[in-house]
Amino acid sequence: MDELDCEVLVVGAGPAGVAAAATAAECGRDVLVVDDNRHPGGQIWRRSVATGTPSIAERWLGRAQSAGARFAFPLRIADAHDPTRLVAVGDDGPIALRCEQLVLALGASERFLPFPGWTIPGVCGVGGLQALVKQGLAIRGQRVAIAGSGPLLLAVAASLREHGACVLGIFEQAPRSRVRRFGLGLLARPGKLAHGLGLLNRLRGVPRHHDAWPTRVEVRGSSLRATFRTTHGERTLDVDWLAAGFGLVPNVDVAALLGCRIEDERVVVDEFTRTTIPDVFAVGETIGIAGVEAALSDGITAGLACAGRDADARRAARARYRERRFGDALARTYALRDELRALAAPDTVICRCEDTPIADLAHCADAREAKLLARCGMGPCQGRVCGPALAFLRGWSRDSVRPPLVPLTFSELSALDEPPCR
Amino acid sequence: MTDVADAIVVGAGIVGAACADALAQDGWRVRVLERARPGGRATAAGMGHVLVLDDSEAQFALTRLGRDLWRARDWPPSVERDDCGTIWVAADDAEFDAARGKSEWYAARGVRTGLLDARALRDAEPELHEGLRGGLHIADDLVVHPPTATAHLLACARAHGALVEPLRSVRVVGDGNVELDDDTRLSAALVVVAAGLDTPRLLGHRPDALRIRAKKGHLVISDRAPGFVRHQLVELGYLKSAHGGTARSVAFNAQPRRSGQLLLGSSRQVDVVEPRVEHDMLAAMIARAMRFLPRIGSLPGLRVWTGLRPSTDDNLPFIGRLPDAPRTIVAAGHEGLGITTSLSTAKLVADLAADRTPCIDPRWFACDRSTAELAHG
Ligand SMILES: Cc1cc2nc3c(=O)[nH]c(=O)nc-3n(C[C@H](O)[C@H](O)[C@H](O)COP(=O)(O)OP(=O)(O)OC[C@H]3O[C@@H](n4cnc5c(N)ncnc54)[C@H](O)[C@@H]3O)c2cc1C
Ligand SMILES: Cc1cc2nc3c(=O)[nH]c(=O)nc-3n(C[C@H](O)[C@H](O)[C@H](O)COP(=O)(O)OP(=O)(O)OC[C@H]3O[C@@H](n4cnc5c(N)ncnc54)[C@H](O)[C@@H]3O)c2cc1C
Repeated sequence: MDELDCEVLVVGAGPAGVAAAATAAECGRDVLVVDDNRHPGGQIWRRSVATGTPSIAERWLGRAQSAGARFAFPLRIADAHDPTRLVAVGDDGPIALRCEQLVLALGASERFLPFPGWTIPGVCGVGGLQALVKQGLAIRGQRVAIAGSGPLLLAVAASLREHGACVLGIFEQAPRSRVRRFGLGLLARPGKLAHGLGLLNRLRGVPRHHDAWPTRVEVRGSSLRATFRTTHGERTLDVDWLAAGFGLVPNVDVAALLGCRIEDERVVVDEFTRTTIPDVFAVGETIGIAGVEAALSDGITAGLACAGRDADARRAARARYRERRFGDALARTYALRDELRALAAPDTVICRCEDTPIADLAHCADAREAKLLARCGMGPCQGRVCGPALAFLRGWSRDSVRPPLVPLTFSELSALDEPPCR
Repeated sequence: MTDVADAIVVGAGIVGAACADALAQDGWRVRVLERARPGGRATAAGMGHVLVLDDSEAQFALTRLGRDLWRARDWPPSVERDDCGTIWVAADDAEFDAARGKSEWYAARGVRTGLLDARALRDAEPELHEGLRGGLHIADDLVVHPPTATAHLLACARAHGALVEPLRSVRVVGDGNVELDDDTRLSAALVVVAAGLDTPRLLGHRPDALRIRAKKGHLVISDRAPGFVRHQLVELGYLKSAHGGTARSVAFNAQPRRSGQLLLGSSRQVDVVEPRVEHDMLAAMIARAMRFLPRIGSLPGLRVWTGLRPSTDDNLPFIGRLPDAPRTIVAAGHEGLGITTSLSTAKLVADLAADRTPCIDPRWFACDRSTAELAHG
């Protein structure tokens, strides 16, 4: 197996990872950044075929590169039990990654919740639809409804609109009063406030509902008929796309394999973003959903801490804590309501890989039983979709994480053991 | 607090579940105490191959009866029963001779077998390597999904009045009584200890002879690849790996699942209890499989896991009363055959409990058997 060596290995090239890489490299550390995408940027900085890479992303990436950080794409971590030697897979099969310190900047994934029709083509995630559009999906003139929860709904609606989509409605499950209170809280954060107002401005004319959520989707000819529960009763819309995402869930799989402590679906870290495993740091959405500024200040803190610049890291941690408080406000505002637990009908599929209807889970006590008795989470995605849904629906924590983190062929699996050729 | 129940079963793996079912059907008032969740330990890790084995007369008797009981029962679809049969694969002339010998041995005992030459083997399993010499086909072996089978057995037991209590951990087992971690003491006319690997610890210092050690195994499952293999395929050298004395070994063992997936085993590491996937064992196992199924390397693997087989020094489970605690019956130590032998174990336990003529010679499995005596006797 080929091998790449570095002092600091950063997994994930979103804002948190790039900030950590730039900072550590500027402090003289030898840094390698890997990501399973072909381009750096993560979610929010994802390069668009139409509009390119956002300028703030260019700035951070430029800093990292001029400080000598190396990037290797696409590489996805497949196994990790020793934090100084991870195994990743790319286009040419497995490769070993050796490092002294490890920064996990794995980002987050969307939480999907099952409702009748959620698996029909044309129904997808909110971030998922945005990613498709950035990769070139022709959305111009297409009718889109956006549902679920969180500021992501607005951000994506605005960006889809700019790509020419007709956004027919935004359905936010959180109550209007809570969202308004959250907005008022932004008065203390002029940057975020301006960003929020800018979004609303870009969304002028788009109906925005609160206390509203999708209840079912059916195919009607060549379009989808989506039904929503709103404060004014049922609403139906005929659309080409329904994007539905119920908040973000930290990606923690690599951390889980390494044995880092995970609580409340996120990796536990200290002031310096150190996890419970020595020389393993975690930053950005991996330690909790708090937005891009939090990700950047986490990254800076971790970069400094990796370089042993404790005093500076402590100073950076102050900004980090402020941003993390914003994350707490986000979590309070967009907490999912109980009614969403009852959206699925008995025959609604919960596990898309294995076609498990939710009724099959009636006698299961936890995620492991759901898997062993009803095949839920056994398929290629290994519970990455149904796991977060069941965490909300039933309060079940995820079943144990095992390698490989991505499907690998048997040959690749057996190559994981090959001694590195030095 | 004390309570009385006719029979207490400690442990709800497949062995405990089968015992609960058999005892409940016999009219015992059964109470099952399971530390965690039913079927969540060794039973959740196993391959679910239900097979006859000729390792010894004792092993044969237990597997044969076990397999026949599996066949005789109606299983719900969730148990994924597949009557795919086994093919023992012979790599060379010597192994093919051994296959012929086994075929005769089995035939003399009424087991349906068929000898396959190289051509017939390839017709039966086109993905097998062309250079292989032949195989022994055991038509009546089957494949099942152990966790759902365990759930079904417990449901049947409940239908006969059994009480199944998950999340109840037993600390120590005495003669017709148990003490739980929460200090509850329960007594009963009969206690069946089916706690797998944990059994010796529960019995305290008592029977030194009752040694159960872990044999760790790795398994890897593929994404759906229907028809890649059609029978459970095992190399004839398997028993050398399974019951040989070596600390680490691998053997080729490939199983078609009803889902169309392929489940690949098997490895054995004695006294290793750490659940981590070990890449050297995994690599050795896959390399072994590639000698038989050269194109297996291109199948996508979804998940690798490990499990601990509860193994005894003579490869036979303990099934019998404790000599110094006659109201307590042990049913543990089934190594890599506990799915197959769960039902026959349960029948023997129920026979012993009712003082009926046992379905199988119980001396083979007695807790105080002397290995040397049985081997030479
Ligand atoms: C689907 C989605 C869409 C979003 N869209 C917006 C938006 O439009 N506007 C907005 O303000 N916020 C958006 N967010 C929130 C935004 O991503 C965060 O606020 C911010 O990007 C956090 O940065 P990060 O570095 O922690 O994570 P990310 O930007 O998600 O970066 C993590 C990177 O790590 C990679 N990775 C993960 N696991 C592995 C592995 N095992 N091996 C290799 N690489 C790995 C990921 O592919 C990803 O590139 C979105 C989030 C998600 C999940
Ligand atoms: C990799 C592998 C492959 C295998 N393949 C096959 C195969 O193809 N065919 C086959 O026939 N067999 C196979 N086996 C063997 C089979 O899985 C085991 O022999 C069988 O599951 C043992 O069942 P059990 O009920 O004795 O043990 P377990 O399933 O381990 O059950 C014991 C139960 O007791 C409970 N318990 C423990 N301590 C306490 C306590 N203090 N209080 C209360 N409850 C307690 C546990 O929680 C557990 O649920 C395989 C095993 C492995 C590991």
